Amino acid sequence: MKFLVCISKTPETTAKIAFTENNTEFDTSGVQFIMNPYDEWYALVRAVELKESLGGEVVAINVGPASNDIIIRKALAIGADRAIRINAEPESALGVAKLIADHAKDEQYDIVFTGKETIDFNGSEVAGMVAEYLDLPFISYASKLEMEGQTATINRDIEGGVEGIKVDTPFVISAAKGLAEQRIPNMRGIMMAKRKPLEVIEPGDIPAPVSVVKYELPEKKEGVKLVDPENMDELVRLLHEESKVI
Amino acid sequence: MGQNDTISEDVKFSTKTDQYEGHDYYNLDDLLSEDHLLARDAVRAWVKQEVSPIIEHYSNKAECPTQLFKGLAEIGAYGPSIPTQYGGGGMDEIAYGVIMQELERGDSGVRSMASVQGSLVMYPIYRFGSEEQRMKYLPKLGSGELIGCFGLTEPDHGSNPSGMVTNIKDDGDAYILNGAKMWITNSPVADIAVVWAKDEEGVVRGLIVEKDMEGFTAPEIHGKWSLRASITGELVFEDVRVPKSNVLPNVTGLKGPLSCLSKARFGIAWGAIGAALDCYDSALRYSLEREQFGKPIGGFQLTQKKLAEMITEITKAQLLAWRLGTLANEGKATPAQISMAKRNNVHMALEIAREARQIHGGMGITNEYPVMRHMMNLETVLTYEGTHDIHLLITGMDVTGLNAFK
Repeated sequence: MKFLVCISKTPETTAKIAFTENNTEFDTSGVQFIMNPYDEWYALVRAVELKESLGGEVVAINVGPASNDIIIRKALAIGADRAIRINAEPESALGVAKLIADHAKDEQYDIVFTGKETIDFNGSEVAGMVAEYLDLPFISYASKLEMEGQTATINRDIEGGVEGIKVDTPFVISAAKGLAEQRIPNMRGIMMAKRKPLEVIEPGDIPAPVSVVKYELPEKKEGVKLVDPENMDELVRLLHEESKVI
Repeated sequence: MGQNDTISEDVKFSTKTDQYEGHDYYNLDDLLSEDHLLARDAVRAWVKQEVSPIIEHYSNKAECPTQLFKGLAEIGAYGPSIPTQYGGGGMDEIAYGVIMQELERGDSGVRSMASVQGSLVMYPIYRFGSEEQRMKYLPKLGSGELIGCFGLTEPDHGSNPSGMVTNIKDDGDAYILNGAKMWITNSPVADIAVVWAKDEEGVVRGLIVEKDMEGFTAPEIHGKWSLRASITGELVFEDVRVPKSNVLPNVTGLKGPLSCLSKARFGIAWGAIGAALDCYDSALRYSLEREQFGKPIGGFQLTQKKLAEMITEITKAQLLAWRLGTLANEGKATPAQISMAKRNNVHMALEIAREARQIHGGMGITNEYPVMRHMMNLETVLTYEGTHDIHLLITGMDVTGLNAFK
């Protein structure tokens, strides 16, 4: 089977978030970047597991500049067989989806994986748009995926429960927690990754229907007030006078 | 042995998340390659997953987490710079350095488990062994199927290894080995020992001794206040018959063991930075959380002095290690240069552990925080693999040409 895993670069989870250019651009200075955890821990690892049990090939794809190569190497170290980087700034979900679809449309992938969202912009858009461009079924928030022949049995996370579905390949799937377990690349994998092909392709036309007007940080949270469990009167007073909820 | 079986009900594993972040004040990451960064981040993730949740428990109980031997093999921490066909990682010396740094960030004892296996067991077999010896032992050592240890130090010969009394006598197709070695990391759990002994002409030779050879025992040394999660023992040889095929054919004299120590000391020069970074990281975070007199203690000048000096010393040590790594990659790092880095960086780490302990106040002496454990570990690291003072004399001899050892 042939698997395509879309990987994205996101700020490390403890990065301090600030903006530049009159609050229209994310300030990347001093920020460490990682592979988006949903792409890495769940989408990529499940694809690698399926390849290991069923045979085939895992291709990792990223839309981004050359500085993204390190996260692409990490995907190769974890077990992707080869990688493609589309040399363009990932400015909108639609643009990224179009570029991925441009590559995938003639490649006969059985399953196209993404994470359920990136942990920076949390758009959850790319996978659905890729499916639309490729005219394939799209299964979101998958927490379990088993293959039997060309048929996949999938659990989707839904509000308050799980939806079980079946779908035949090819399809697009977005991975939620539980689809696989994080794999830490070992030194052998890191060295093998150096010899795996990383193909850089130049982008075709990029639709850009969206532009950022402004980013805002959420208001700073106030500190928590601890109230002694014996002192209910104080709790009632605070709820009444300070937070004014009763 | 499944270590989980031995954990008593009343001792809980740490539920605290390891919040460690690396610190790179001079953007030294720019000097590292993709492989180095990937290796470092992989080992950091492994330490957070496998070491941090259990290390206080094992250290507190003075018990070796032997399950980590396999995990260290899987991540590729044994002999990363040994070629892959011999079970190593085929990486360069800086990769070896950053791996040791991240392991020691977790615990000096865990780093010791790995550096003994890689630098003191696999390296001499790779460098001085016959092709048969390499193929027989190295892949199994690399995969953790075999655990090794290294016997040089004796009860009466530490800084002066040339005075060793452990000896071999020719007995046809074998040598008869007698003597004792002391302070041997991993020895009670080791399957093989690389042992250095004098032949009848007084020439130091290296031998691979296997644990089931008659007359060979490896009793554990108890009562350590340092490296408590690492197992340490003796090696005792009473008329042990070691086949001549187990002698390392390609080295004679002390340069054999000393070249292994250079390898290991190189790893320690990097490793100590990891322990220092963990102490600094914990102290910095604590100084911003802990309030006294109505503000975080990080806002007071004396705390800032400590933190500023810590990151300055760490940055200098990182530069020293990086430059030593580039020299080692070119095959140009001298033993004296390695001594300087080992001595400087371990002392730096120990001083930082002590300062970090003060910033943590009373909490610093508990196992809620890693600093006291690092501090106690570093007391060993300060004198093993060449004492702080001996390394000074090596530098002294190197710059004056005069030998002050005797």
